[in-house]
Amino acid sequence: MTKRVIERTLSRRDAIAALGAGVLAVAGARLIIGPAQASPDSAEAFMSKLIGGRATKGGKITLKLPPIAENGNTVPLTVSVDSPMTASNYVKTVHVVADGNPNPEVASFHFTPASGKAQATTRIRMAKTQNIIAVAEMSDGSLYRTARNVKVTIGGCGG
Amino acid sequence: MANKIKIRVRVPKTAKKGQLIEIKTLISHNMESGQRKNKKGGKHPRKIVNKFVCKYNGKEVFVSDWHPAISANPYLAFFIRAEESGKLEFSWTDDDGSVYTKTASIQVN
Repeated sequence: MTKRVIERTLSRRDAIAALGAGVLAVAGARLIIGPAQASPDSAEAFMSKLIGGRATKGGKITLKLPPIAENGNTVPLTVSVDSPMTASNYVKTVHVVADGNPNPEVASFHFTPASGKAQATTRIRMAKTQNIIAVAEMSDGSLYRTARNVKVTIGGCGG
Repeated sequence: MANKIKIRVRVPKTAKKGQLIEIKTLISHNMESGQRKNKKGGKHPRKIVNKFVCKYNGKEVFVSDWHPAISANPYLAFFIRAEESGKLEFSWTDDDGSVYTKTASIQVN
């Protein structure tokens, strides 16, 4: 009889303790991550918002980035899409997002048939080792996606 | 941004009709990301160039939206198809609303 009572008390205590620990852990995670930190999930969510939640295919789009970036302040990025770039079949937009920067958005490039070639080169900032994701939207509405992982030695978002 | 904005644009002087030409642009700008901490424990307010537009004889041919993840002194290279002689206008829009512009001319044979 006594044993059962003890057991019940312990289990209730455990339950309360576990609950408390859980709440603290969640609060702690919030504090560490903070609102201004992109994660793979938030980068995906942001990209999905940009393209209106439509499904993407692989291929056609190429993302050129160094496999290892020594200086995260300027990482050369070239994105190109295989397309004839005619008035009826061209690349409308290429969105680029990063999943480890304080904010996921990087840049969007809007092409026209007069571009002739869907390619753009710029330099980006990378806070840490992470994936860069690019999605191309064609004039017919189809979407092509690619991603590259870049190892960053020194982060470039200014501490 | 104490320094005056400097813009450099490289456009070929002449091109054949239908030829693809690469345009390279560079603008001097801090691209303050809004993440950098200042001595008071706050953050330097964000101030970046957020939009680039290239017009070819008045028609928009290439537009790019930029975010704080674009490096300081933004470099941008892209292509256009040379169809007619004329003017290329480049403009960069700052967060504070100012617009920096540069023009170049091209002779198409």
